[in-house]
Amino acid sequence: MLKVISILVRNHPGVLSHVAGMFTRRAYNIETIAAGQTENPEVTRITITVSGDEAVLEQVTKQLRKLIDVIRVRDLKYSESITRELVLLTVYVSMDKRQDVMGIANTFGATIVDISEKTMTLEFVGNRRKIDTILHALEGFKTKELARTGIVALPLESQIEQHRTLL
Amino acid sequence: MTSSQKTGAQILIQSLIESGVDHIFGFPGGAVIPIYDVLYEASLKHILTRHEQGAAHAADGYSRATGRVGVCLATSGPGATNLVTGLSTAYMDSVPMVAITGQVPVSMIGNDSFQEADIYGITIPVTKYNYLVKDVNDLQRIIKEAFYIASSGRPGPVLIDIPKDVQQAKTRIKKIGPVKLPGYHSPSQGHPRQIHAILQAIKDARRPIIYAGGGVVSSGASDELRKFVQKTQIPVTTSLMGKGVIPETDDLALGMLGMHGTKYANYAIYESDLIISMGVRFDDRVVGNVQKFAPFAKIIHMDIDPAEIGKRIAVDIPIVGDLKNILYMLNQKVQEQSRKKWLQTVMRMKKENPLTFGDDGKLKPQLIIRTLSEMTKGDIIITTDVGQHQMWVALYYPTTEPRRFITSGGAGTMGYGFPAAIGATVGRTDIPVVNITGDGSFQMCIQELATARMYNLPVKIFILNNGYLGMVRQWQEMFYERRYSYTNLEFNPDFCKVAEGYEIPAIRVTESEAVKSAIDRALNMDGPVLVDFYIDKEENVVPMIPPGGGQTDFIQEGEAGC
Repeated sequence: MLKVISILVRNHPGVLSHVAGMFTRRAYNIETIAAGQTENPEVTRITITVSGDEAVLEQVTKQLRKLIDVIRVRDLKYSESITRELVLLTVYVSMDKRQDVMGIANTFGATIVDISEKTMTLEFVGNRRKIDTILHALEGFKTKELARTGIVALPLESQIEQHRTLL
Repeated sequence: MTSSQKTGAQILIQSLIESGVDHIFGFPGGAVIPIYDVLYEASLKHILTRHEQGAAHAADGYSRATGRVGVCLATSGPGATNLVTGLSTAYMDSVPMVAITGQVPVSMIGNDSFQEADIYGITIPVTKYNYLVKDVNDLQRIIKEAFYIASSGRPGPVLIDIPKDVQQAKTRIKKIGPVKLPGYHSPSQGHPRQIHAILQAIKDARRPIIYAGGGVVSSGASDELRKFVQKTQIPVTTSLMGKGVIPETDDLALGMLGMHGTKYANYAIYESDLIISMGVRFDDRVVGNVQKFAPFAKIIHMDIDPAEIGKRIAVDIPIVGDLKNILYMLNQKVQEQSRKKWLQTVMRMKKENPLTFGDDGKLKPQLIIRTLSEMTKGDIIITTDVGQHQMWVALYYPTTEPRRFITSGGAGTMGYGFPAAIGATVGRTDIPVVNITGDGSFQMCIQELATARMYNLPVKIFILNNGYLGMVRQWQEMFYERRYSYTNLEFNPDFCKVAEGYEIPAIRVTESEAVKSAIDRALNMDGPVLVDFYIDKEENVVPMIPPGGGQTDFIQEGEAGC
């Protein structure tokens, strides 16, 4: 089971060590981790995707809440949040195949950001499913390098609003 | 001071004094010279240990004996890393402590400078929180926060790493407002709905039992618990850390639970239909096999730390809050209820499974502890190290008050007991302190004999000397076909001569008949005394449930290889 957890932490040196250290110490698996500024310069948002069974995931949330630097922990349900990841992918492409890659890129809204004699670099953004689909579509080309940012996510306010009115 | 500017070192010591600190335990070094320079004429008393690990354990023992925050001080690099075992020990048992370390100057951090260690990074997993102070202007606030974090909520150790140039830098003393930590709040009040659910569960229970732990001690909830027990007449078992929360001499006290717990405590847990647990963490040494634990019982779990609830055991009624408050609320409403049949059953369990030991003429460790108990009636503080002697004390010395049995429970640190006893004597001059230790454990912090001598601290050291690392030897006997791999110490120093070298009087006891008079002499001498008891070498700790066993799977003495 995968879970996306959005954490707001006090922005100071060492805070990432405290968060990451907790995962190491308690032997939890981080699938992705992404950290960056929020609207408040004193607060950093860390988005973590973590895998494990339900009991483990509940413990992860509780242990995170215990950290002194952690201001807020929010489990983001898939149906009530928007998740995005940015991917940079360089694949080997011979001259005669460039059109094929451009076709795939167009289909999925990926951008070609670099072309060399032997390679093309694509940039694309999406949720996990979309990214898996694009990567799958490009499987015919040998990968030179792949870089992923890890997931960032925010709650979908509109969905939460709707949910509230239904209740 | 007339000058309004003060150095970081001066601010540190002044802040410690303002935080109520009267003693700190430490060891000097290059990166803390500015702090020691201030200590040279400070009103704060500094106890010089002989090893930084001794300082950390002494601060821990001081804290456990008094309930106040213990403070230790060490230099950078090796001084700081020598504190790590002490921090881990305090962290595992939720002991409030503040550790202060020197660090190389800020500009030299990261250059592999002389005596540099990343103690901030190293101690993240063994502290509740830690700081690296890079600006002297942050120091006052950080010290205030550190004491607040260490002592509030679920207590724990906090480390403050202070670079030498920050100790020397000058700044103005400021007025510091209340601590502001937006992500840190500890719940105090238990939820009324859960209180109600607990009351209902108690009303419905026919075979309830209380399982109380170190959280009751930390919370200072012992009196409320005693009222609760008196009213409900529910029997009480404790974890190792909970020893003394109710007098173990009480009829309703069942002693310790778990691997080396009493048979009756384990049987009672097994048969109970409601476990009222408080301030415990269902440690693997208590629970054994999770699947076999208390098969008929509903479980109530009260704790200040929400992360403890459901960590190892599924809980039916959780309640998060300060135990003192929760028990107070329960005491307001709980009904007196008689459960004659259950109490008769428990009393029968107690009667049918007494703690016994052999009488073959050899000097039995249990006899020593029982004699000490008869002579002192609970009016001493005992510290222990880790191993067989620790379990014998837990079983054979009924503790009557909290903070009188001081031991490394979670971390299981050999070498803890003696320096912890030093800390306890510094904090509690009104009550005798006895360190019961083993010949293996004692040698891990034996250098602190110098500290005890130097300050003439009245620590009574009782070594239960069997020439073995006894607990591991016991496991090897039971589970490894008596292959005593490196547990026979073969050579031990003559502890009496060692004591003599430190100008500490020593008594050797080799026979049961001499036990009482030796204890009597030791307790009545001024200052430190060492008593070296030559005990039966292959005596085992029983009862014992093998690792992974259920509450009723006791090994019988003499039954090997199971």
